[in-house]
Amino acid sequence: MTYEFDWSSIPGALPFLWDGMKISLVITAQAVVIGIVWGTLLAMMRLSSVKPLSWFAAGYVNLFRAVPLVMVLLWFFLIVPEFVGQLFNIPKGTDLRLSSAMAGFALFEAAYYSEIIRAGIQSVPKGQIAAASALGMNYAQAMRLVVLPQAFRNMVPLLLTQAIILFQDTSLVYVSALADFFGAAYKVGDRDGRLVELLLFAGAVYFVICFSASQIVKRLQKKYHPA
Amino acid sequence: MIKIANVSKHYGSFQVLKDCTTSVSKGEVIVVCGPSGSGKSTLIKCVNGLEPFQSGEIVVNGISVGDPKTNLSKLRAQVGMVFQNFELFPHMSITQNLAIAQVKVLKRSQDEAMDKAQADKFPGQLSGGQQQRVAIARALAMDPICMLFDEPTSALDPEMVNEVLDVMTELAQEGMTMMCVTHEMGFAKRVANRVIFMDQGAIVEDDSKETFFANPRSERAQHFLAKILHH
Repeated sequence: MTYEFDWSSIPGALPFLWDGMKISLVITAQAVVIGIVWGTLLAMMRLSSVKPLSWFAAGYVNLFRAVPLVMVLLWFFLIVPEFVGQLFNIPKGTDLRLSSAMAGFALFEAAYYSEIIRAGIQSVPKGQIAAASALGMNYAQAMRLVVLPQAFRNMVPLLLTQAIILFQDTSLVYVSALADFFGAAYKVGDRDGRLVELLLFAGAVYFVICFSASQIVKRLQKKYHPA
Repeated sequence: MIKIANVSKHYGSFQVLKDCTTSVSKGEVIVVCGPSGSGKSTLIKCVNGLEPFQSGEIVVNGISVGDPKTNLSKLRAQVGMVFQNFELFPHMSITQNLAIAQVKVLKRSQDEAMDKAQADKFPGQLSGGQQQRVAIARALAMDPICMLFDEPTSALDPEMVNEVLDVMTELAQEGMTMMCVTHEMGFAKRVANRVIFMDQGAIVEDDSKETFFANPRSERAQHFLAKILHH
């Protein structure tokens, strides 16, 4: 008995799938932005000579890198909304799935970004900080004006690669039944009894997006670091 | 202008500076020399607080460097420093390199800061000698009260050494107070008022250049001079 492919349910579902894609992209974009900002702060804390800050950053990074992403998402889906809801008096039944998914991703990704950024900061020669300090800049100015711009330039390919991985990982929000692109494809497939087709289609879309993005990263890398 | 009194510094049990005492008056040019690892770079970096020290006192223009209450950034803005590896900021044009600290630290206007120089090239496009001259210009743009040089010519190709030394000589002749760690004995003979010779973290000789070159007292300095004055 052979399986007969039937792709007919896809065209009609495209608007719904596009809505899902928008959710995936929104989660990715905000997790990249917050992850990089919070990750930069974590990296600076980790490199700081103030011990408690450095311990906090190390603990944070080690915790988030040692637990599976799915679990973090479930924490933020199941536990945190209860807690936050009580704290801010949010009425029960408010849909916090998107916000909890976004918070989970941002905090999780910050741990990974902070390690990339820490390596980037350390790749800038120590003499640059000395020169900036010798010109009378304080630590914050030396970081912001001299070290971080050079660090980020070195890190751009790695940061983008991490963003691509993050985009793929957004599919994990299906655990909270949030209709991101993957979740939407699954729902349509389930409804029409065409799960195989829909999942193949979703896989192809993920492949095209991520593969093209990583080719662009490669180009950028060649352009900025012609080694 | 610069007073260094009984300064000692350790890295763990290793003593890098041993009870160093000397001073630099306004307008004086001091050359600090000695074998590598003798602590001369460390000493000069203590003067603007880039290296902390555990005991002794350094006073620059009446301000104690080691005092935790001292605003080091403010002090450093008045003390120019030039490094062995230039340390220009590679992501900024020459103009930006010259202007950045004037604007961000001295709060000068962009126009005023740019007034001193205009060059759109980036450090990577210049020769080592040019880069070091830009680094000197960057330090001078802050109108420093004195200048510290940490082996300014050691990373340069031989043919570029003189273009940097010429700038330093000119600066010395204009009356700038200078403390230079360097092996360029020709420069020392031409412009230095005093020569400090260091060995194993201690100041072994602190003499007028005439005395230092004519009859150094310590055996260690005699050896050193015999070796580097040979060629």
